[in-house]
Amino acid sequence: MIKPLVLKNARILDPSRTLDQIGTIMVGSDGKILAAGADALNQGTPEGAEVKDCSGLVATPGLVDARVFVGEPGAEHRETIESASRAAAAGGVTSFIMMPDTDPVLDDIALIEFVKKTARDKAVVNVYPAAALTRGLHGEEMTEIGMLKAAGAVAFTQGRHALADTQVLRRAMTYAREFGAVVSLEARDPYLAVNGVMNEGLFASWLGLSGAPREAELIPLERDLRIAALTGAHYHAAKISVPESAEAIRVARGRGAKATCGISINHLSLNENDIGEYRTFFKLSPPLRTEDDRQAMVDALADGTIDIIVSSHDPQDVDTKRLPFADAADGAIGLETMLSAALRLHHADRVPLMRLIHALSTRPAEIFGLDAGTLKPGAKADITLIDLDEPWLVSKDMILSRSKNTPFDEARFSGRAVATYVAGRLVHSL
Amino acid sequence: MVFFPHRHLLGIKGLTEQDITFLLDRADEAVKISRQREKKTSTLRGLTQINLFFEASTRTQSSFELAGKRLGADVMNMSVGNSSVKKGETLIDTAMTLNAMRPDVLVIRHASAGAAALLSQKVACSVVNAGDGQHEHPTQALLDALTIRRAKGKLSRIIVAICGDVLHSRVARSNILLLNAMGARVRVVAPATLLPSGIAQMGVEVFHSMEEGLKDADVVMMLRLQRERMSGAFVPSVREYFHFYGLDAEKLKAAKEDALVMHPGPMNRGVEIASEVADGPQSVIESQVEMGVAVRMAVLETLLVSQNQGPRSEGVGA
Repeated sequence: MIKPLVLKNARILDPSRTLDQIGTIMVGSDGKILAAGADALNQGTPEGAEVKDCSGLVATPGLVDARVFVGEPGAEHRETIESASRAAAAGGVTSFIMMPDTDPVLDDIALIEFVKKTARDKAVVNVYPAAALTRGLHGEEMTEIGMLKAAGAVAFTQGRHALADTQVLRRAMTYAREFGAVVSLEARDPYLAVNGVMNEGLFASWLGLSGAPREAELIPLERDLRIAALTGAHYHAAKISVPESAEAIRVARGRGAKATCGISINHLSLNENDIGEYRTFFKLSPPLRTEDDRQAMVDALADGTIDIIVSSHDPQDVDTKRLPFADAADGAIGLETMLSAALRLHHADRVPLMRLIHALSTRPAEIFGLDAGTLKPGAKADITLIDLDEPWLVSKDMILSRSKNTPFDEARFSGRAVATYVAGRLVHSL
Repeated sequence: MVFFPHRHLLGIKGLTEQDITFLLDRADEAVKISRQREKKTSTLRGLTQINLFFEASTRTQSSFELAGKRLGADVMNMSVGNSSVKKGETLIDTAMTLNAMRPDVLVIRHASAGAAALLSQKVACSVVNAGDGQHEHPTQALLDALTIRRAKGKLSRIIVAICGDVLHSRVARSNILLLNAMGARVRVVAPATLLPSGIAQMGVEVFHSMEEGLKDADVVMMLRLQRERMSGAFVPSVREYFHFYGLDAEKLKAAKEDALVMHPGPMNRGVEIASEVADGPQSVIESQVEMGVAVRMAVLETLLVSQNQGPRSEGVGA
């Protein structure tokens, strides 16, 4: 039981109801929303409630990040479930899906139980495990999809790994369909992208780095979309990076495939030139593309072709990043900066705020079937309070994640989460 | 021009025409020293030079060693085998260890692009890039330029055809940058599988035939093709490669009569170059080796002596 909560005078922005109005959010002692909207006060303030004036702030459903890598179990020095959850709260993220690329791999119900228990005991936000689609992520044998789903796995994925064997993929997706499980994959052709450490093109050529062409993403994506259509399973392209991929998704949907897709905030904010002189914090998979690609992807997000934005939070430490570029690991942290980086698209008038919050909260909750992404009465009171204009400067010292590999170090942002509530409990405030 | 405004030599990129001319002029002086009976000077006496080679290279390493010794520096060679140890870890760990020994200049060769730049951020001394992956090999480009300038009297408006494995070649990248900075016309001649993406925007004219690419060239610069790349991966066979792209007397006829034939070495005779040409009258391959020592003397002297004589930027030439 919690103390009832009343958030007054907030600009309530709830994409699940296309609601954008100044009003009040009331949270009951059960941590659920009693009412949210302009007329919510008509119901009367709950007894003993804590009342907060939110003038000038935007209240949205808590953000949902569908792609987060955590080091627990196996690499706790990079990130634990607890530290990731604190980073999430600071970034306004109230729910995240944790990738199965751990050691051991999350391919067994005992490990799903471990994650859920650890999250219950230690995490300050909701943590949902994604399970491996194949045992050990080896791409050979499917995991116990039905039992894993029953145990709480919300998606089935190969994490960072590609799946080369189309027969394995077809059977796993056919099987997954029966359980209504979402299969989420990153498309990467292991042959075309071999040794590819950045976007293929002039810039890579000058740096003397091997490039990965856009076809290395597009070819396996189109393959996967055909298999999705063949099997009828729900396929989610975890991270696309080029407009041709968005187009492929659009075409596949037109053919009746149940296909959704996401993009990392990095690919909406940065381009290959940010790599500069071998800056390994910008080494990502898929690689950062050209500025034209980035602009086209922002358009594809705005028009809804791209469903969701993920942080693709991937903690790496000095051991794996302070290396020559080609030898360094892929990945960047992002839980704490995803919202602020996304708000740049709002400030630049590129993506409406309603669509941004939809892509950051409501839509991922729908895709993965999470109890999140809405401020409807009866929903769990996961709420993010945002000051759209609060200026701040990212510095390594204030990063809560155990790893500091942010591509936004020293970045100036306007707007951030000033308070985050999970089931009505305050888990972050500035 | 009285000073060289860079602390490191990490690449040709970032060097101006003046910087390059400055180094080449000093290298001309160094040639004189090397041709004296008494070859040792005291310019760098008391200073320590460490050659840190993660890739085996007898030629470049001995050239740097000799350059340092002729200037009177104490030279130490460290060859770090990189077969069993993970390269990057060795690089940073070794860098920190060496830095503690307080060297005045580190000369580094490494298999990864950007390794020299990374090292330069971790150590307190000057760093000279002796080749980093497929990125740059600035002293090779400088010695090539010196060889050409001494033979042709200039670098501007001459036609240089760079032939062969441009894709994997740091020598090609540094030469393209340098020759463009000096106003030369640069061509590349290679099968499309051995050219990097975006090559046409790198300031070169692209040719796929030796006859067309060599037409009226003043300089024919051959590149080494590594054995593992010539049996199906990038070109079908040695035989086919030599047939179309190997430099022999017949193909050389397309170039100007007095065209120079160059090769950074080591050569694969009968693969990218025929012996008749490599050892022929137009070949300046041996001269390149001599100029290599001179250019490296000029670079070491410039970084270690003149760097204190004027304002300089940090980590430029990257």
